[in-house]
Amino acid sequence: MEKWKEALTTFIPKQQIFTELADRYSYSFDGSFGEFLPDAVVQVKTKGEVIHLLKVANRYRVPVTPRGQGTCLSGGPLPVKGGIVLDMSQWPATIEVIPDDLIAVVSPSVLTAEINKAAEEHGLMYPPDPSSAHVSTIGGNLAENSGGPRGLKYGVTKDYVIGLELVTPEGEVINTGGRTIKNVTGYDLTKIIVGSEGTLGVITRATLKLVPKPLAVQTLMAVFNDVEQAGKAISKTLTSGIVPSKMEFMDQACTIAVENYKPSGLPVDAAAVLIIELDGHPSAIQEEAEAIEHIMVELGAVNIKVPKDEEEAANIWHARKQVSPAIAKIKPTKVSEDATVPRSKIPAMIERLEEIKEKYQVELVVFGHIGDGNLHPNILCDKRDNEEMERVELAVGEIFQAAIDLGGTLSGEHGIGTMKAPFMEQELGEVGLEMTKRMKDSWDPNGIMNPNKIFPEKGQKLVLRNE
Amino acid sequence: MSNIQELQRKLNYDKTFDCVQCGYCLPACPTYETMEKETHSPRGRINMVKMVAEGKADLEDLQEPIDKCLGCMACTTVCPTGVEYGAILEGAKETLEDNQQKSKPQQKAEDFLFGTFFPSSSWMNRLGNAAWLYQATGLQKAAQALKLTTVAPLHLDKFEKVLPKQPSPNERKNRPQRVFPDGPSTAKVAFFTGCVMDSTFYRINEQTIELLRLAGAEVILPEAQTCCGALHAHSGKTKKSRELAMENIKAFEQEDVDFIVNNAGGCGARLVEYDHLFESGSDWHARAKAFTNKVKDISEVLVELDGLEFTKSVNRVITYQPSCHMTNVQKVVAPPRQLMDQVPGLQLKELNNPDFCCGSAGIYNIVNYEDSMDILDRKMEDVTTVQPEAIVTTNPGCLLQMKIGIEREKAGKHMEAVHLVELLMEAAPTSKEKTTSIKR
Repeated sequence: MEKWKEALTTFIPKQQIFTELADRYSYSFDGSFGEFLPDAVVQVKTKGEVIHLLKVANRYRVPVTPRGQGTCLSGGPLPVKGGIVLDMSQWPATIEVIPDDLIAVVSPSVLTAEINKAAEEHGLMYPPDPSSAHVSTIGGNLAENSGGPRGLKYGVTKDYVIGLELVTPEGEVINTGGRTIKNVTGYDLTKIIVGSEGTLGVITRATLKLVPKPLAVQTLMAVFNDVEQAGKAISKTLTSGIVPSKMEFMDQACTIAVENYKPSGLPVDAAAVLIIELDGHPSAIQEEAEAIEHIMVELGAVNIKVPKDEEEAANIWHARKQVSPAIAKIKPTKVSEDATVPRSKIPAMIERLEEIKEKYQVELVVFGHIGDGNLHPNILCDKRDNEEMERVELAVGEIFQAAIDLGGTLSGEHGIGTMKAPFMEQELGEVGLEMTKRMKDSWDPNGIMNPNKIFPEKGQKLVLRNE
Repeated sequence: MSNIQELQRKLNYDKTFDCVQCGYCLPACPTYETMEKETHSPRGRINMVKMVAEGKADLEDLQEPIDKCLGCMACTTVCPTGVEYGAILEGAKETLEDNQQKSKPQQKAEDFLFGTFFPSSSWMNRLGNAAWLYQATGLQKAAQALKLTTVAPLHLDKFEKVLPKQPSPNERKNRPQRVFPDGPSTAKVAFFTGCVMDSTFYRINEQTIELLRLAGAEVILPEAQTCCGALHAHSGKTKKSRELAMENIKAFEQEDVDFIVNNAGGCGARLVEYDHLFESGSDWHARAKAFTNKVKDISEVLVELDGLEFTKSVNRVITYQPSCHMTNVQKVVAPPRQLMDQVPGLQLKELNNPDFCCGSAGIYNIVNYEDSMDILDRKMEDVTTVQPEAIVTTNPGCLLQMKIGIEREKAGKHMEAVHLVELLMEAAPTSKEKTTSIKR
């Protein structure tokens, strides 16, 4: 047995350390691409175990890749350099809601949706709502800085974190931020850690900000025969003093896919469907709903549906939820991107995506959280077809370029991981990336924490093919 | 196996690509919950099948993950991309069975169960007597006599304790093969008796026939029927399972009936999928399709016939443990609840997580006793918060398991496990017309 494995067992119970092939393969993947076999999988359940593990790993220079439930869409939990997969999912889940302070203190393994559920018992809400919230852990959400449809009005995970406990790569414990809403003391280490994708240490506790739960919600669906008109209607809505909680977009390819998969009453002949949700005081959202209806009609909506009850609204959102599984039926492999552009550039981005689709002859469909410019261009392909995957790689590269050209960003909510790392310099610039790297190197002098994420290796390119 | 393509075909390698590894199945999987690792989750198992099919891991690496799967199919209900997990699981089981790489104790246990105790084609007539005999002499003793307990810890004594008293062989022999309703018959149904139901829970079968009769149906019991083959399929004995299916299709073709009724969620799940066993377009596929179109659970048929009136109040607080195979394969969710709703005085308190398997899972609780008890203990924690006087189930395996659960919790004084059919009989059902005429 390697020395580092032996050293682990002096403090961590043997039944929490897996080295069998079946176990190692079971932690070799996530919801994105690629499969990397770790040397061991270690489940930790206490801060002490994390400290011990990181001290050992740091001494023996063993890579450590933290993992929640492995739902990541950007490769965060992939053990690219082998070493240890640190499985955080079996840590005892604890949620302490402190309603008087409007905060919740949670352990890293808590499922994101459970936080919102606990908050609701006190008339509060935890807004970030990634579609995997019922599966994913808050630890993973913090590492990847996850978003969700409500991002339009409420922002992403980082906007709700006010304090963290972190074990550093050298096995020391730090506490950042605190329990107050205002806190301008020193560098904002909390926000540096959130979204660092497990490259700066292991989060062992988080203090989250909660907001009052809106009293009511109202859904609307608007149908357009022209994508540009839909884009204009979105801009007009957002500049008219109304901030919907969600504003979702589906292109024609998506509505057709959904209707082929599970007929949900979507208009298959329309170029674009918008689904909007308002939340707030019942009388306020009623007025806002009327105002939005006017705007939509004025800017060319051919049909507007205002559900009369919760069930009708639920049906509309159900149809939206079917997009992901429905498009997976087009072809088995789904390359899902989350490039994001300034809202005014949404029509331009959609046009660029159309060109990319034509140029590389790929099955590209577009849906997503259009109100905040966070589109989800998805390319459906078959990873067993190398020739096709080569075209997909080129198309993805151009999607990123298009987003950056339009003043946008590589990732709105999924994170960088391995797949987007080769494009980092394009967005941050040479010096920007270098300064980020220096920060990483000073936190993690031996480079053990989640190597090969965020930062590209020299000459690294996007590869979606099996060598 | 030399040919990798042959291995990939047997393992349904192509179907593993439907899994996008989103992980949505994790919270639904009972073994991920109790065994606490991805290796024992649907996503992990599918990935291991893929790894073996690609030659990156050996079949023996796949053995434990597949052996420990309950086959409850809860993952298929939550899967957003419609992965055919059932087909992947059965492919893996068959491949493993063909390669005989089972761990020794489990192999011995299965050999014993399939060879002496569980279904074979000529078994239906014999088993009633066999079960009676087993109870008389004690299951554990039988196992001990075969020196089985030394190689496989079967824990059969735990099961023996909760088995109901058996009718005598004579009583079985005199059961009529056809019964008629008192009034005009509104439907003609064939009753699929099932092996475990007809041996261990013979009286519930009697009650099922009576309920159908009271509801206005003519009920026939095709003599040539045999085991549904579910337990064989779950153990990778696919060929045998197909043979049994053919026998049943033949047996139930003899007479034209409206429904083929069963009262065991696990059997029903097998029966409704008989068409999957035959190649599309073949003669047998067409015959299987005609068969599956008529297969229904007793609860569905009773709701559809709508011919019962419950005349006695059952003033009890109960909870309902749905059979996984009924929920996830047959997709029968509402009818049992609709029937319980019709029973006067009855108060149904739902479990927090009713769709979490009880751990019975065919013969899983015999061959993987400890793992099964871990799952059962989670279930009983949930039951304890509801505090029911009875746990209602719709499958013999679940019924036995819940009885064991009650025994483990030492709650036998104030709690019992019953089949839905027993509960309905407790409410003194009568035919609808009869009651209305009395009222008049």
